[in-house]
Amino acid sequence: MSPTLTRPRLGPDKRRTVRVGPASGVVRTRQLVVPVVALAALVVVSAASMGRGDYPIGVLDVLRTLVGAGDPTQQFIVTELRAPRVVVGVLVGLALGISGALVQTFARNPLASPDTLGINAGASAGAVAVIVLGGSAGAGGQLLGGLGLPLAALLGGLVTALLIFVLAWRKGVDGYRLVLVGVGLSAVGIAAVDWLLTRSTIQDATAATVWITGSLNGRTWDQAWPLGLVLLVLVPVALACSRQLGVLQFGEETARALGVRVGATQAVVVLVAVTMAAVSVSAAGPIGFVALVVPQVAVRLVGGSRPPLLASGLLGALLVVAADLLTRTVLPVALPVGIVTAVVGAPYLLWLLVRGRRALT
Amino acid sequence: MPEHDGAPVRTEPQLAPQGTPHRAPEQLAADAAGEQRRRGLLRGPATRIGGLWLLLALVVVVCALSIAVGSRSIDLGTVWRALTDPGFTGDDAVVIRELRIPRTLLGVLVGLSLGAAGALMQGHTRNPLGDPGLLGVAAGASAAVVLAIFVLGVDSPSGYVWFAFGGALLGSVAVFAIGSSGRGGATPVSLALAGAAISALLYALVRAVLVTDSSTLDSYRFWVVGSLSGRDSSVGWQVLPFIAVGLVLAMANSPALNLLGLGEDVARGLGQNVLLARVVGITGITLLTGAATAACGPIGFVGLVVPHLARAVTGPDHRWLVPYSALMGVVLLLAADVLGRVVVRPGELQVGIVLALVGAPFFIALVRRRTLAAL
Repeated sequence: MSPTLTRPRLGPDKRRTVRVGPASGVVRTRQLVVPVVALAALVVVSAASMGRGDYPIGVLDVLRTLVGAGDPTQQFIVTELRAPRVVVGVLVGLALGISGALVQTFARNPLASPDTLGINAGASAGAVAVIVLGGSAGAGGQLLGGLGLPLAALLGGLVTALLIFVLAWRKGVDGYRLVLVGVGLSAVGIAAVDWLLTRSTIQDATAATVWITGSLNGRTWDQAWPLGLVLLVLVPVALACSRQLGVLQFGEETARALGVRVGATQAVVVLVAVTMAAVSVSAAGPIGFVALVVPQVAVRLVGGSRPPLLASGLLGALLVVAADLLTRTVLPVALPVGIVTAVVGAPYLLWLLVRGRRALT
Repeated sequence: MPEHDGAPVRTEPQLAPQGTPHRAPEQLAADAAGEQRRRGLLRGPATRIGGLWLLLALVVVVCALSIAVGSRSIDLGTVWRALTDPGFTGDDAVVIRELRIPRTLLGVLVGLSLGAAGALMQGHTRNPLGDPGLLGVAAGASAAVVLAIFVLGVDSPSGYVWFAFGGALLGSVAVFAIGSSGRGGATPVSLALAGAAISALLYALVRAVLVTDSSTLDSYRFWVVGSLSGRDSSVGWQVLPFIAVGLVLAMANSPALNLLGLGEDVARGLGQNVLLARVVGITGITLLTGAATAACGPIGFVGLVVPHLARAVTGPDHRWLVPYSALMGVVLLLAADVLGRVVVRPGELQVGIVLALVGAPFFIALVRRRTLAAL
């Protein structure tokens, strides 16, 4: 990969600089507009999603209920029954979007994402092991059965995340090495899943296939709370790293000369990215493609030389919630959300590629 | 980051001139290690041809192992008689002649294809993640096989061959058409992203069928692991012409890939027709990967890993990289296949699974031991 991130300047530069005290920066209009529009769309789509069901509630009523001014019946339906699913969707999308943007920026590779690094594969292997082997006799089966599905997935994801970090670390993390180690681990996880599927009964195989597609069905506050707490810590850390990550794009030596603590930044970025991915996978299954495609869409919408973190997170949340709404409204069969994210996201990325306004390398 | 511990450091006088006192010794060593890494372990045509002969010898060894070793244990004398004495009959002779020899030959064909296709793919996308399946080939084949099972009720590996091949072709054409239609043509990034997007779409179709129809899943799960067993000998003959043409295209494409590695503009300036080079290369990748996937199901790891191994030996010159990758692909695939037959006797572990479980730790160790020659 040649990390050429410049674009030809045609005509006068219209970017505005803003200076507040000692700090100054360039403000691009789209850098502000895209997240704001994405957030607004996210609120509307989430409300629409909470309104859908056997007992339909209008978008405005949902919003009124959420601020605590609805009638008790609607209050119960929205906050207890429907909100958890949407909240999990929002959080998972946010985590995947930011995690994908971090990894792609760090590795300087548009194909690098938690998906390709093996987090999904590791979590899937944990979950499928519980589904397939959990009922079987023997100490291993008992142990797996007792562990439970979300915990096994979390464990699989976290162990993979830790392995990626430990194996890629050699006096610092090199983006190239990170990607190759991730590919190797991913292959192991996928092979383990495929192997378990060939050994299982067809009922178990079907259940496992649904899980590894990623679904928001039956999610409750039990999944939303831990995920929310973890993200409450990690998202600010990720956003705080943004500037250092930008400086790292110039190469390690330049970054060091500009006063960035290279090793610490690399460690924080990689750990935050893989942990976010692992936690979100354990909550909703490996919803594929969000972490891969959303940062690429975001960078094409916002402009700039690398995927913007906040916009990627918000667009990721929007994609997951919108896809989930689609599965429950438009489609005749209720498909897992992991299928629909690809069906919605892929054509959009393709359209952006065909339109090819600017050649990003 | 030049890291040189572990890698044999051979300082070359002309690279480390004596009269540069401001260069620290460790910097010189790092430079030499970087140089070493860039050019690979073997330099000069003579050593590289020697290396090819060595690889060929390894291929012969794994072929012999593949014929001699299996889940049914047959002693070497009987194996030899079955090979040399046409009058010798019996169960053992049938196993050797009807099962193991076709399986070994199929392994050779598929290994050659995946190795060569991997080298081409990483050259064209200039991406270390450039798996041949990335071009939509594996996803197209999977989607076609799933539809063949779901709609037409096909349920044997031989029956999947043409569906898989057709799907692979369509997938790859779609990726190339979209990846090259934006401004700037078929750049590495647009190809890779188009491949990822189309693959995701096709896999979404696959998943949608699988979660709604469990009998399709029942057949598909045995195809998708990738295996050399259970294919009758006609499969090898069916895919042979495509693989032959694909290998010729791969070799023909390798000088152009060296030029493209300098950047498209430079390549164009040196007289290379960039579009032609892309079309030839992608046709080659499609034929090779499509045929391999049609024959054995999607076997992912070979095409991804082997070019990295080959690059460590030959350096970035594709004229050497492509044949080295192809032969290493055979060695890796057949060795994994033989291993899969003996680890869980009397059962077998599919080659795709063995490759990942054994190959991945090896690959990670290699990635850690020395920085691989970068693309």
